[in-house]
Amino acid sequence: MDLTFTPEEEAFRDEVRTFLAEKLPSRLSDKIRKGQHLTKAEQEEWHAILNARGWLANHWPVEWGGTGWTVMQRFIFETETALVHAPRVLPFGLSMIGPVLLKYGSEEQKRHWLPRILDGSDWWCQGYSEPGAGSDLASLKTSAVRDGDHYVVNGQKTWTTMAQFANMMFCLVRTSNEGKRQEGISFLLIDMTTPGIEVRPIKLLSGDHEVNEVFFTDVRVPVGNLVGEENRGWTYAKYLLTYERTNIAGVGASMAAFGELQEIARTQRRNGKPLAEDPQFAARLARLEIDLENMKTTNLRVLVAAGAGAAPVAESSMLKIRGTEIRQAIDDLMRRAAGTHARPWIPESFEGGWNGEPVGPEWAGPVSTQYFNDRKLSIFGGSNEVQREIITKAILEL
Amino acid sequence: MDFSLGEDRRMLADSLQRFLADKAPFAVRKTAAFEGAGWSRTIWGELAELGAIGALFDESVGGFGGSPFDVAVVFGEIGRALLTGPWLAALQAGHVLAAAGRTDDLAALIDGSRVIGYAEDEADSWFDPAAITTRATASGDGWVLDGAKTVVAFAGSVDRLVVVARAEAGLSTFLVERDAPGLTIRDYLLVDGGSAGDVTFAATPAILVGEAGGAGPVIEESRALGLIALTWEGVAVMDALRDQTLDYLRTRKQFGIPIGKFQALQHRMATVALEIEQARSAAINAADRFAGTRVERERAASAAKATIGKAGSLIAEEAIQMHGGIGMTWELALSHYAKRLVMIGHELGDEDYHLARYIELGHELADAEV
Repeated sequence: MDLTFTPEEEAFRDEVRTFLAEKLPSRLSDKIRKGQHLTKAEQEEWHAILNARGWLANHWPVEWGGTGWTVMQRFIFETETALVHAPRVLPFGLSMIGPVLLKYGSEEQKRHWLPRILDGSDWWCQGYSEPGAGSDLASLKTSAVRDGDHYVVNGQKTWTTMAQFANMMFCLVRTSNEGKRQEGISFLLIDMTTPGIEVRPIKLLSGDHEVNEVFFTDVRVPVGNLVGEENRGWTYAKYLLTYERTNIAGVGASMAAFGELQEIARTQRRNGKPLAEDPQFAARLARLEIDLENMKTTNLRVLVAAGAGAAPVAESSMLKIRGTEIRQAIDDLMRRAAGTHARPWIPESFEGGWNGEPVGPEWAGPVSTQYFNDRKLSIFGGSNEVQREIITKAILEL
Repeated sequence: MDFSLGEDRRMLADSLQRFLADKAPFAVRKTAAFEGAGWSRTIWGELAELGAIGALFDESVGGFGGSPFDVAVVFGEIGRALLTGPWLAALQAGHVLAAAGRTDDLAALIDGSRVIGYAEDEADSWFDPAAITTRATASGDGWVLDGAKTVVAFAGSVDRLVVVARAEAGLSTFLVERDAPGLTIRDYLLVDGGSAGDVTFAATPAILVGEAGGAGPVIEESRALGLIALTWEGVAVMDALRDQTLDYLRTRKQFGIPIGKFQALQHRMATVALEIEQARSAAINAADRFAGTRVERERAASAAKATIGKAGSLIAEEAIQMHGGIGMTWELALSHYAKRLVMIGHELGDEDYHLARYIELGHELADAEV
């Protein structure tokens, strides 16, 4: 039993810290810390900084421009970057389509698309969910019909994160209605500038514009953009469940957010004394901290098992459930800590360059929008109920 | 990083597990835990020969283990077998004796010849050593004790007791023979099996262990070890409850199908499984931080006990609920595991006590940083 990092891992952590101290623009980390939105250019700027160091695709094989890091190195990197409020690496290109192409793409597809993910030529979005296909993804209806050298795509995707910035979409489409529903799905790469595609924003309860509806009307996609074989797309989509979920619990981000919360609890006063000394609040805070400390160790246990070659699918589901619950609990306490100042809504303050006067303490500005926005955590990426189904099948064998 | 217990501990665990499966299977345990003093001195002696007591102590004091992870292994097997006996007392009393260099007394504990209980808690102390009122007075060459301890594990059937009492100089520890004059014991069984007793002292002669007034740190450390033991025992009991409940969900049919096919139960079981893994992580953290600073050690121990307390009630209640009527019966092993798990919550401080203590230690940590 040894819960310490090796000297090599310690050295690696120092290297990451040094890199972040030198290369992470405070312009970006300030915005993250304040809960402000990054522009497309700012997100691309951070990707470019990481790519210049060769650290953008930290889980790809070296031959394709990855780092060849161990799972523990990845965990250290993800934790350290989150602790200093670095922007997250967007998953759509790096962690979703990239791994699918590496595993199932043709040589030509890999050579074409992978470098473009690294150098920022493409911004990918994920075309999975549909109005009638959420947790029951296999019921998706968007169709692709072969017509010569093209597929003709008709239908609608929804909840498409950052489609407003994307020039490419990896998309699950129905190419057959025969047999099992899962066996009629194909995996297509779609250029978002193709005629017949319309992107409409969905305004979220927090006021944010993150997700979109995407409509397809007779959209012609070259057959060369089919990944793998026709009607095998479900297998490729599911592959992601076993891949790169070392950060699924978001431990680093939760540690950073919890640190902020602790600081607030020490400084914010209620009835003449710090919140940290309010018995109700202190108990909530302590329960959360204990759960987070336990989670860290659970996460490390899963990583060590994964490093030894296990594919911890159901354990990842546990991490997803508890990791998102913890993050939501932090948001919940932030909101409670703000008291009446959780109520004002000044959307301009969520954009960079806002110089207005905050109502109440500055940190209180985004707490309620963050709280509402993060309700998504237990819904997306396979809802926490879907994760419980995975645990039921894979661990409990019920 | 490595989360395995290692080959030596694996072997110790295997040998204890085989022995207990053979000598103390559940059918035997169920009766033995509620007869007489609720434990078997024969099995105690045989386990001592197997090294189960020695594993709790360092080589430097005559044991052959002593790491918190050795403690973890022994108490994990105790939990798996639902074994009763003064194990926790041996750990805590032995730690006090070891710290005071009383290796002869410790040797007799390790070889099984002298069983030693541990008397700390009082009716009004509510787990807090600062509230201890049992009085120790110097008398001639020795000491006498006056006062009362409550729910002292196996008090009526051990040979001697390590007693925490307040001398003029402060908290101190003493060794008392069970048949010492002025010592009376009211014995009773426990809800989860085994026994305990209320012990009263009236000018009872006692031997000072360690320095008078200097016992505060060692009893705190001894309790931290006890908390580690209980959390590992608790996790083993949780594992057993989960496995028994899953078996039942797979075989019990209602409405024509195994009840494990019902999503209402599946999702709750998934939560149970998740909480057990979090509890296991808490137990690992507590054992790992034992070597840290006092605040690190005590915070991790309290965090683990609070975790086990919260998860323990949930898991015990869910296990009974999912078994339905059969889960309510004395006959089934499950109900006894459930009782043990909930009662662990009441030993060495409950969930609320340790949550409050965790908060208090957090303030100490914050003050130290300023």
